[in-house]
Amino acid sequence: MFRNQYDSDVTVWSPQGRLHQVEYAMEAVKLGSAVVALKNKTHAAIVALKRAPNELSAYQKKIIPVDDHLGFSFSGLLADARILSKYMRSECSSHKFAHGDDLPVNRLMTKVSNRMQLCTQRYDKRPYGVGLLVAGYDDNGPHIYQTCPSANYTNCKAMAIGSRSQSARTYLERNLEAFKEASLEELLKHGMRALRDTLPNDVNLTSKNVSIAVVGKNQLFEIYDEETTQSKLSLIEGEERRAPVPTTDSSGGGSQPPQDGPGGAPPSDSVPAVAMETE
Amino acid sequence: MNVKHQSWIPGNFKSVPDTGRTAQHDVVQHGWTPITTTTSVLGVVFESGVALAADTLTSYGSMACFQNNPRILTVNQNIIVAAAGEYSDYQFIRDVVEDKVRTEKSLNDGISMKPKALHTWLSRVLYNRRTKMKPLWSTFLVAGVQNDVPFLGEVDKLGTAFVDEQIASGYGAYLALPLMRKAIDEKREKLNSKLTKDEAIDLLKKCMEVLYYRDARSHDKYQIGIVTKDSVEIQNLTLKPRWEVAKLVQGYE
Amino acid sequence: MSSIGTGYDLSASQFSPDGRVFQVEYAFKAVENSGTAIALRGSDGVVFAVEKLVTSKLHEDCTGKRLFSVENHIGMAVGGLTADASAILDVAREEARSYRQNYSMPISLKYLNERISMYIHAHTLYSAIRPFGCAVIIGSYDPKDGPQMYMIDPAGVSFGYFGCAIGKAKQTAKTEIEKLNLKTMTCKELIKEAAKIIYMVHDELKDKQFELELSWVGSHTNGKHEEVPKDVFDDALKYAKASLDDDSGSDGE
Repeated sequence: MFRNQYDSDVTVWSPQGRLHQVEYAMEAVKLGSAVVALKNKTHAAIVALKRAPNELSAYQKKIIPVDDHLGFSFSGLLADARILSKYMRSECSSHKFAHGDDLPVNRLMTKVSNRMQLCTQRYDKRPYGVGLLVAGYDDNGPHIYQTCPSANYTNCKAMAIGSRSQSARTYLERNLEAFKEASLEELLKHGMRALRDTLPNDVNLTSKNVSIAVVGKNQLFEIYDEETTQSKLSLIEGEERRAPVPTTDSSGGGSQPPQDGPGGAPPSDSVPAVAMETE
Repeated sequence: MNVKHQSWIPGNFKSVPDTGRTAQHDVVQHGWTPITTTTSVLGVVFESGVALAADTLTSYGSMACFQNNPRILTVNQNIIVAAAGEYSDYQFIRDVVEDKVRTEKSLNDGISMKPKALHTWLSRVLYNRRTKMKPLWSTFLVAGVQNDVPFLGEVDKLGTAFVDEQIASGYGAYLALPLMRKAIDEKREKLNSKLTKDEAIDLLKKCMEVLYYRDARSHDKYQIGIVTKDSVEIQNLTLKPRWEVAKLVQGYE
Repeated sequence: MSSIGTGYDLSASQFSPDGRVFQVEYAFKAVENSGTAIALRGSDGVVFAVEKLVTSKLHEDCTGKRLFSVENHIGMAVGGLTADASAILDVAREEARSYRQNYSMPISLKYLNERISMYIHAHTLYSAIRPFGCAVIIGSYDPKDGPQMYMIDPAGVSFGYFGCAIGKAKQTAKTEIEKLNLKTMTCKELIKEAAKIIYMVHDELKDKQFELELSWVGSHTNGKHEEVPKDVFDDALKYAKASLDDDSGSDGE
């Protein structure tokens, strides 16, 4: 398959100066269900697609609250995301304890990144197989941050990660100018449309498979309940869907690393289910 | 009561290892008496900011040992801190606070410490040390402006923290605080307004003089620190000698 | 490359028969894949310039910075894996902090350089950790020692420089730097040249978009490392673009 002698450990540089183990971990991010995050002048929002491992199970929670001013959604290994969430929560709460104030989002991201970097350099560790989209609000306004298994993090205007997320990114790029001045409702509509673009034609967003969270000025981090989600979804219901972007390889699947189980959903799958996020 | 079996009994603290072994003669009470001390520190809120006053004397017992030890610290363009008590403990906290500020500056992210945050932080540090039976023997006044509202808070060596419009520690609490309350209350009752900056400074000057003539550990050289929105100013002042009060000193001939 | 497939290039703790440590050499490659960063040491300070490659429209403009302050008075430019670089930055800040805690004075660049070099070098000795995939340039100015600058590579080897470059186009950049009479030039002149070099070496075919980052530390900033003011930045940018248009015909490199 996709093997060479330099990809066994994270401590091995390839002759080209690449770290294959880290790159493979980046692939894990592409296997999770799609997540979109975006912001206007006052708010940051996350719109995420949830998956159910099978018909009898509930949908997997996709957005993790961290503190009153911040939370994130993720794509990739859920268990890794939970470890990071635990770390972020403890950093936020200890800052709140010591200073009586929220930890600025960028400082949290630096801490998270430095922690993630450690596991990209040691033989006895593996990189985190998860990408995060963090939405937060602090004195500098709303923020969207993206993190990767490579421990890089990016301050974004808007971003989408996860399987078939290229279509969402295309949508976001096309409409980027509109976000800043948009109302929160408009912003959510953009987010939902972007997320919908990642779906196959015969699948639609429902209050079951979508999770929405917002945070912003005078708005603590809140994950909408099913009812509110439904009311937001109805805002874009009936709109004509954009023709799917003709990408054969929207999840970067062509060069995917060896993956056990039903990895890398083929675009024809009616249910975009990949069993990466199980309990 | 000794617990024979190491099984856990709900609500029974004695089953928790190590408690109950209180051998008080083992405890060496390091740091339970201050050595090099400073006296009162005063703080008063005015309409657009906060003013602090403290003299520059550090006493060694009753000896006026170091006469030029300032103890009003400019933390950033938004906060000043003044301390009373053990001078070395103040220096320790000062170094840590300066380090925090320096670290923050190098991040260059446009976020700087706020007065309330520093007040909370100090209360955590001092309370933590007190629970370890190693108190930092100092009282700190934190002054600043946060969201356009002046802030003045105190933290003492026990970790007790509170916020008020006028605060005085040590002898100041007996001698200066009534004067400060009176001035503030009068202004509020008569004009329904707060002190102006100049009134606040005059008030502190008066209080420092009152303290100088009654507190034997005080000094005629002192500083007043004034913090308003995004500006900090420290004034160095000296009390004018008033020999006419000398005749009031009686019974030592 | 003769190293590949020999089996001697899989661990940092293993020499090849001809006495090389290939893993460290591969780590250098990671730096060579990154955007160019240069630093110039003039008569009155050090200037830094970075070619910050922009990979997505969705990113904020301020993100992905590669110029940092270790402390107030020390600037750092990095190339290579940014996550690795940020880990180094963290270590450097901690060094500076602990030095100041112990000696109540700012760390000297010479000593900081030694400490970072040792840290990076320590990562080239063991198989359990990989060498850092980044190189850093540090610079400072103080009135006594004047401007100083060091570059540290992934092997932990460091030298003092008048001008140096890391990243993709370091060869071309070096050639350009060598044309300058660095010792006699001031920061104000150098900042323009630095901007010009970054614009000159940028490869439009391979990397479409990039942003210029400029910072300096010198006598004119009172020894503080700062981003250059907007007017200086704009001037430098204008100069860079203008001279690029002039050179485009004659200079093939």
